[in-house]
Amino acid sequence: MHRKVPKFVETHLDEIIERWKQLMKEDHGDRFFQIMPDEVVEKTSHEFAGLIVSNLTEDGQMYESKLHDFSERIVRLGWSITLVMKAIENFSDTVYEMLWEAEVINDSNVAEYFEVLNGWIRPLREEVVEAYSNTWERTVSLQKIALQELSASLIPVVDKVSVMPLVGTIDTERAKLIMENLLEGVVRHRSEVVLLDITGVPVVDTMVAHHIIQAADAVRLVGARCMLVGIRPEIAQTIVALGIDLNEFTTTSTLQRGMQEALALTNRQIVEVDE
Amino acid sequence: MAYRSSVDIHTEWDIVAARQLGRNEAKKIGFGTVDQARITTAISELARNIYLYAGTGKIEIERLNEKGIFGIAIIASDEGPGIADVRKVMEDGFSTSGGLGAGMPGVKRLMDDFRIDTEKGKGTTITAIKWLR
Ligand SMILES: Nc1ncnc2c1ncn2[C@@H]1O[C@H](COP(=O)(O)OP(=O)(O)OP(=O)(O)O)[C@@H](O)[C@H]1O
Ligand SMILES: [Mg+2]
Repeated sequence: MHRKVPKFVETHLDEIIERWKQLMKEDHGDRFFQIMPDEVVEKTSHEFAGLIVSNLTEDGQMYESKLHDFSERIVRLGWSITLVMKAIENFSDTVYEMLWEAEVINDSNVAEYFEVLNGWIRPLREEVVEAYSNTWERTVSLQKIALQELSASLIPVVDKVSVMPLVGTIDTERAKLIMENLLEGVVRHRSEVVLLDITGVPVVDTMVAHHIIQAADAVRLVGARCMLVGIRPEIAQTIVALGIDLNEFTTTSTLQRGMQEALALTNRQIVEVDE
Repeated sequence: MAYRSSVDIHTEWDIVAARQLGRNEAKKIGFGTVDQARITTAISELARNIYLYAGTGKIEIERLNEKGIFGIAIIASDEGPGIADVRKVMEDGFSTSGGLGAGMPGVKRLMDDFRIDTEKGKGTTITAIKWLR
């Protein structure tokens, strides 16, 4: 059995692939083959079959490293894991059916066949799941880093005036980071006025407002003042509806206006000079 | 059955998912930017309350059509501790978590209709509706 199955797969490869494709079409409609270019399907399924053959003929270690490579490549193709699992299942179903038809397996030796089957399908499934979850974990941690890099740095613009542009959703973790960067930056740059720009914050709810108010209080404690700029009209309306009191803030709709105010607060202004 | 979609709230990021769903639905129904902001903010408040006070729950968004008037309903439900004194939580500034206490009264003002069904120890369901004019 250990020799017969790979031999069979090897010699009937074209037919197996044909029937497997048919099965995939029944399950997923033409959509399946639309998202995958023909030559990719052809190449991948041949490779897959080759892998099975090699599992059954070569030693374990060789199979494992090939399997690993194959799984990684599958993941990179960007297909959904459900689809790949279905493809594996359909492939083994097809082989099974054809082995019956060819009378390679029968009632008396079918148990033996399942043993062989287990040897290649289970590790394959596990490897594919592992490869997917590794990719996801990697993606998530990279995105976390990317998000942290996006998170709020305080930019000194002119002497005594700094700007912190906030972009994206503010969760508890980011709120903490904003506070830290803000205070550390104010001290380091000797800022007297800090402009918090919320143009890029999609939703200002009570939690975000609360964090902003706390940040402003903390900034006051280190001897500077905080201005809230970039308040879009719809955000201004929701803030009012929420009943949030921003009276202690100087607020402006644009960063530009805020900058003028900040300069005024530090007794300066922008003037045009003639040549 | 009216068209309904939902997001389960387990983590802080689910709040963002619920908001996104609400914004997309609001857009489809035809709400303008200001109402979209009102609706997403209301969802944000209700979802965060679930996350903070009940731990888990869900936000459902339903498209409404009553005699040709379109609207959107936010249904926030949980099986958390429930709210003992409904009148109190509707007061501006009441908070048991050191928050601003602006969420609940705020949602009421952001939306057109607002209803709380709650039972101590059983959970809370809040329904908030905005009509398209
Ligand atoms: N789903 C809920 N289950 C149980 N208690 C709730 C629920 N939602 C709100 N509460 C209670 O109602 C109080 C008021 O809620 P509200 O959202 O108005 O303010 P908050 O969450 O405390 O602060 P914030 O201004 O940040 O929203 C909460 O402090 C909490 O005790
Ligand atoms: Mg709240």
